Amino acid sequence: MKTLGKWLVLGLVILSSPVRAALDIVITEGIDAARPIAVVPFVWQGQGPAPQQISDVVMSDLTRSGTFKTLDELSLPQRNISTISQFQAKDWASIGAEAVVMGAIKPYGTDKYLVTFDLVDLVKAQMQSGTGPQSTQEFLIDSRETVISSAQFRQYGHRISDIIYEKLTGIRGAFLTRIAYVVVKHGEKSPYQLMISDYDGHNEQMLLRSPEPLMSPSWSPDGRQLAYVSFENRKAEVFVQDIYTQSRSKVTSFDGINGAPVFSPDGKKLALTLSKDGQPEIYVVDINTKALKRVTNHYAIDTEASWFPDGKSLIFTSERGGRPQIYKVTLASGKVQRMTFEGEWNLGGSISPDGRSMIFVNRTNGKFNIARMDLETRFMQVLTSTRLDESPSVAPNGTMVIYGTTYQGKQVLAAVSTDGRFKARLPTGQGEVKSPSWSPFL
Amino acid sequence: MDLNKLFKAMLVALPIMAISACSSTSESETDATSSTSGSGSELSTGSGVETGGVAPILTPEEQQRLKYQELRKEHIIYFDFDRSSVSMQFAEVLQAHGNYLVEHPNVRLMIEGHADERGTPEYNIALGERRAKAVAKYLQGMGVLPSQMSIVSYGEEKPLDMSRTDDGFAINRRAVLVY
Repeated sequence: MKTLGKWLVLGLVILSSPVRAALDIVITEGIDAARPIAVVPFVWQGQGPAPQQISDVVMSDLTRSGTFKTLDELSLPQRNISTISQFQAKDWASIGAEAVVMGAIKPYGTDKYLVTFDLVDLVKAQMQSGTGPQSTQEFLIDSRETVISSAQFRQYGHRISDIIYEKLTGIRGAFLTRIAYVVVKHGEKSPYQLMISDYDGHNEQMLLRSPEPLMSPSWSPDGRQLAYVSFENRKAEVFVQDIYTQSRSKVTSFDGINGAPVFSPDGKKLALTLSKDGQPEIYVVDINTKALKRVTNHYAIDTEASWFPDGKSLIFTSERGGRPQIYKVTLASGKVQRMTFEGEWNLGGSISPDGRSMIFVNRTNGKFNIARMDLETRFMQVLTSTRLDESPSVAPNGTMVIYGTTYQGKQVLAAVSTDGRFKARLPTGQGEVKSPSWSPFL
Repeated sequence: MDLNKLFKAMLVALPIMAISACSSTSESETDATSSTSGSGSELSTGSGVETGGVAPILTPEEQQRLKYQELRKEHIIYFDFDRSSVSMQFAEVLQAHGNYLVEHPNVRLMIEGHADERGTPEYNIALGERRAKAVAKYLQGMGVLPSQMSIVSYGEEKPLDMSRTDDGFAINRRAVLVY
């Protein structure tokens, strides 16, 4: 009996642990501007309780995008529906939302489930409901069915969110993506941890733990590898690690700084900072051959390279003008051009995936915040109002920026939409969380 | 009466709590709040015995060596915000380290450069390196061999003070001499 009790406790611990999310997103600003959408809880068509609720994932994804807000479940006129054939347009006549999502989950053999969902254009349905009988199929924006395993519930939820987001905005969804970041638990024997998780903080995994600092994780374009800096040998060295096989290789280990590695768009090279020749300079290294090409040559600090999407130019931070500002260098010609002039400092820049804007850290009146500049008009907008903001990383669809900031005396991650309207904080459990890097589309 | 017991317990517990909260040693157990800081020189050995001593007579060279030995216990050089020039207030400390290294050419020194948390981690790595190099250059100017010194910059990754106040930032902007 006593043993049974112990097993019961153990079982409970095991059952409850996967539910705990390391990062719970707190939306701090911008929900008012979001577009209302109705997500009907997916109908479970099996015996006993449902394994997991996919529509919860979809609802939080859509809310976290900053573009949508989901209606309260209790306010929905129809709740136990799973396909458009059960949809009664007249019931929804007064509902202020642009679309309705509904679906079902049913067992489909051992550890397999059939998931179906319909995305309904509610505005169209409401406009046509007065014009007499018509086929409900006219309101159907999308409809899919897929077989998944029990381990794929969250993943497929993100997939559904991607489809909904793209159908309603025309922009590819970035819900099926990951983030890499560094957690520091000061006071522990091995305080520095390189982590990855789903973009929403679920499925957190440790890739590396070290007694010495880990810095600057950055994704390969195929989402398989991370480049980062490790001080494990009491000096800065650049490594590349496969996130699936765990194999890691040292790319550079010169005297002085080996820092800020970023993969080229073709994934074959790293732009990085080396100070082996005296002062920090930008180099490009071929990952396979280790061949080095020096890009900058100046006695001031040059660091934080980031690629233009075409791979032909880099931006970098330089102190050559007296204060840190962002410059562009064309790799073929070596021609350098200053990009930023507003504010006291501008640094840590990266180019948005569409190549049209630049996201960076701006210092104005001593305050460090994330800013965006339109590359054509040179119009600069400060996006955040949090404290000591750094390390911005843009989502692969260009709609959101994740960055490191300080909240209640701790380093945490936060997100802001690239239009600056939506703001959210990702609080954490233990330790300081920093250096986020958003993966490419997976 | 339970309440009475609790009251009695509090009578005992409160002064104990007050004593433990007070940093100075207190003579009175019943009236902890009235005890002021007192003279810290008295040793509470119980028997009431006190000892005294005199300083040894030193040659000027010995005095100098002791002074430098004392100074070398200081091994952190602090910097102004976004600056990497060595402030004159650390001249004596660096003199002590420099003389020691010149006299002991086999001794090696690691100079760590650090920055506060403002700015980006990458920029702060560069800034930390510049601070460590400024110290190395200073020591080299005193005759320390470049081969005796190595440099590592930790940027903002190893803060000493986590308060993220101006005072905390000042403590974190530093070069650390590690033998």
